[in-house]
Amino acid sequence: MEGVDFYVHGYLPIQIGGATVYITTSHVCLVIIMAILIVFAIVANRMIRNADPAKAPSGMLNVIELAVETVDKLVYDNMGRKLAPRFCNYIGVVFMLLLTCNLSGLFGLRPPTADYGVTLPLALITFVMIQYQGIKWQKWGKLKGLFEPIFVFFPVNLISEFATPISLSLRLFANILSGTMMMALIYGLLPSVILWAWPAALHAYLDVFAGALQAYVFAMLTMVFIANAAETDD
Amino acid sequence: MEMTEAIIRAASAIGAGLAVIAGIGPGVGQGIAAGYGASAVGRNPGARGEVMSTMLLGQAVAETTGLYGLAVAMILLFANPLI
Repeated sequence: MEGVDFYVHGYLPIQIGGATVYITTSHVCLVIIMAILIVFAIVANRMIRNADPAKAPSGMLNVIELAVETVDKLVYDNMGRKLAPRFCNYIGVVFMLLLTCNLSGLFGLRPPTADYGVTLPLALITFVMIQYQGIKWQKWGKLKGLFEPIFVFFPVNLISEFATPISLSLRLFANILSGTMMMALIYGLLPSVILWAWPAALHAYLDVFAGALQAYVFAMLTMVFIANAAETDD
Repeated sequence: MEMTEAIIRAASAIGAGLAVIAGIGPGVGQGIAAGYGASAVGRNPGARGEVMSTMLLGQAVAETTGLYGLAVAMILLFANPLI
């Protein structure tokens, strides 16, 4: 198994209490990605501030506007007019973060989303949002929903509540991990003559298609679950 | 003692292989979803975008069970709790 490398490496040991915690590959890659996104956000902000509202937007500004409009439309379509303004920002940020994370495999980083420690907190944020919105909009109906259709189903309903974040995080994690692993195996095990040409096709499927799809699915399911929990009328 | 560990390792490898068989279910499910998606687009080509996104979302959710199998295989191979 020489040359095959898809593991999370620990670089810098830190002592907290009695335990040793490592700064791992995921931390480093996540910080790089955050830096890229922050720089992008600052540049986009400055561009929009300096833009002349009388003229039609051009170039980069067009792309930014298109992205914002697409996310807004998606959120409005799925969450209704009452909820959407509260969640546009969050959904957009999550989608951008996950997309950049998943595509970072193309640039030689190890995708941070192929680490369960990254996807689980994201899913837990969604879980907290679902519960909060459910209690906020349905009040006691949320609690009553746990006992439906009859009292005996309470444990089953409780398990299905807690299964949501687990399935959400495992789906993202396992998809990206399997992509990363396949690429590592192919790069590590095939003779280098073959590697000149054909991994590009696999990158297109495993990194670009699966990565973009999973980012979309995560954002979409977050929206659908929150909208379901809130169950507002419009 | 070493014998025991060797047997556990070998059994874990076999178990990992068996766990990945879970991929059959999502494969069939995704195929069915794609088939119905194609027939829906055939009947109503105007709704192509919506059918597409619904189909992909459903397929991604159906994929989860197969990925559980993958997760079990990964745990058996790289983070084996038995050894």
